[in-house]
Amino acid sequence: MTSLRLYTLLYLAFLYAPIVLLPLFAFNDGTVIAFPLRGFTTAWFAELAQTEALHEAAVNSLIIAGATAGLATSLGVFAARATSRYRFPGKAGVVGFIMLPLVLPEIIVALSLLVILLQLGLSLSIWTVVAGHVLLCVPFATAILSGAFAGLDPSLEEAAVDLGEGRLSSFRLVTLPLIWPGLIASALICFTISLDEFIIAFFLSGNDPTLPVYLWGQLRFPGRLPIVFALGTILVLASIALLIGAEVMRRRGLRRAGLSDRGGSLI
Amino acid sequence: MASQSRIWRPDGEAKRGLTLVAPPFLYALLLLAAPLASILLLSFWSQDFMTIERDFQLGNYREALTDPLYRTLMLRSLRIAGLVTLITVLLAFPIAYYVSFHVAPSRKSLWLFLITIPFWTSYLIRVFLWRVILAFDGPVNGSLMGLGLIDEPLPFLLYNANAVIITLAHAFAPFAILPIFVSLERIDRALVEAARDLGESAAMAFLRVTLPLTAPGILAASLIVFIPTIGDYVTPRLVGGTQGTMIANMIYAQIFDLNDRPMGATLAVCAMTIVGSLALAVTLLTRRWSLKR
Repeated sequence: MTSLRLYTLLYLAFLYAPIVLLPLFAFNDGTVIAFPLRGFTTAWFAELAQTEALHEAAVNSLIIAGATAGLATSLGVFAARATSRYRFPGKAGVVGFIMLPLVLPEIIVALSLLVILLQLGLSLSIWTVVAGHVLLCVPFATAILSGAFAGLDPSLEEAAVDLGEGRLSSFRLVTLPLIWPGLIASALICFTISLDEFIIAFFLSGNDPTLPVYLWGQLRFPGRLPIVFALGTILVLASIALLIGAEVMRRRGLRRAGLSDRGGSLI
Repeated sequence: MASQSRIWRPDGEAKRGLTLVAPPFLYALLLLAAPLASILLLSFWSQDFMTIERDFQLGNYREALTDPLYRTLMLRSLRIAGLVTLITVLLAFPIAYYVSFHVAPSRKSLWLFLITIPFWTSYLIRVFLWRVILAFDGPVNGSLMGLGLIDEPLPFLLYNANAVIITLAHAFAPFAILPIFVSLERIDRALVEAARDLGESAAMAFLRVTLPLTAPGILAASLIVFIPTIGDYVTPRLVGGTQGTMIANMIYAQIFDLNDRPMGATLAVCAMTIVGSLALAVTLLTRRWSLKR
């Protein structure tokens, strides 16, 4: 029992090792990424503020992540409501297909999208990245929102219909307020995935790099590495903040639905 | 009226369900099925200098199956993905078991949250940091030398298949932990207690009750780690060196460096076919095995 606990703690240390090292080098006063550390500096963060190309990449990333979060969550609402509320022929196949990007190697998704875009003669831009990211995020949105819909009592909406509201307005007036925390959680998770995603953005961004694509380009220059780590630190902190937000909303949603917690947002 | 609504209800329900699921399904058809079909088509065409020859031919597949370089890369990718799957699932099982059986129910979601956080943070940065950790002057070699366990940096840590395996085992850890955790949670604790009451030792109760009931979770974890690992591009590129190069790097090189899109498409189709049939075979075999029992 105690050895199992010790193993678990060691495993957590293994999981967190890279993230713990990141800020050490981001604040280290030296361009060589190795121990021993040389001293404390915030110069790398100051340099981030003055890099024009980085700002463009950041704006691209934020637009893509925002659009992806909105679109993937909207599509996720349809999929989650259909799966949790209705039986229909071919359900397993249809839902399995929607969830497929979750397990497909990303390079296959990226490559096939690139090929069809090039064959159609479309030019690459931040919107082609959004198209790919939405495909990738819909399964996550569906999984999270299914949790929100599953806890919903269908008689609530039926009562509104019986009282004379239309299907759509009873969804808006009754269901939407109840699944609101789930929507926020889904949007935050999709935003995080899109912000960090590399392969699809690498293939489809053309001349509009996202932050990870910009980072990838910088990895070739040893002198730029501390700046990469400073940017990485900011990205990791942003991701953790978004995730905590998503987790808080997910728990609020569960409480609102009167359910007990079964685990994480992906279960 | 009442009887009529009872008769018509399934149809109405099916219609409403299909209408609702249509937008995400059409999106997936348009942006996944159509592109996948297009690379399948492309794999039967050929690249003639700058233009693409649109005559149906099997030359790419002949080349993909006979060229020793492609075969080496494919086999290596399979071997690396297999080892990553084995290591990740073995390392993950005790964690899932600990959280499911030994953590208070109210704290379980906090533990799962802690386990999944590293997975959500920038993949690129995490992989790159493994290059720092495993480097000659990195913390692993540094602390081993500091402890006096080794005299000079270990040569087998970075720029080879080992580095790729370690990094991928780290990256896919939550993918393995979550499905196993879910299947452990579903186990009725009374079954384990019954085995103990009937005289089984704790170890035997685990082997004969808990472990078989977790088989679906272990299978799901294995597939969910194995399939994406095969197609990983970033990790072999950053930490693999020439000895750790995998099939995804070759697919990328065909498309962008060698400008032979049909060959890249062919390799992608081959990789998917191999992975897909392996996954299918494993699933069918396990289903048969579990039905027999």
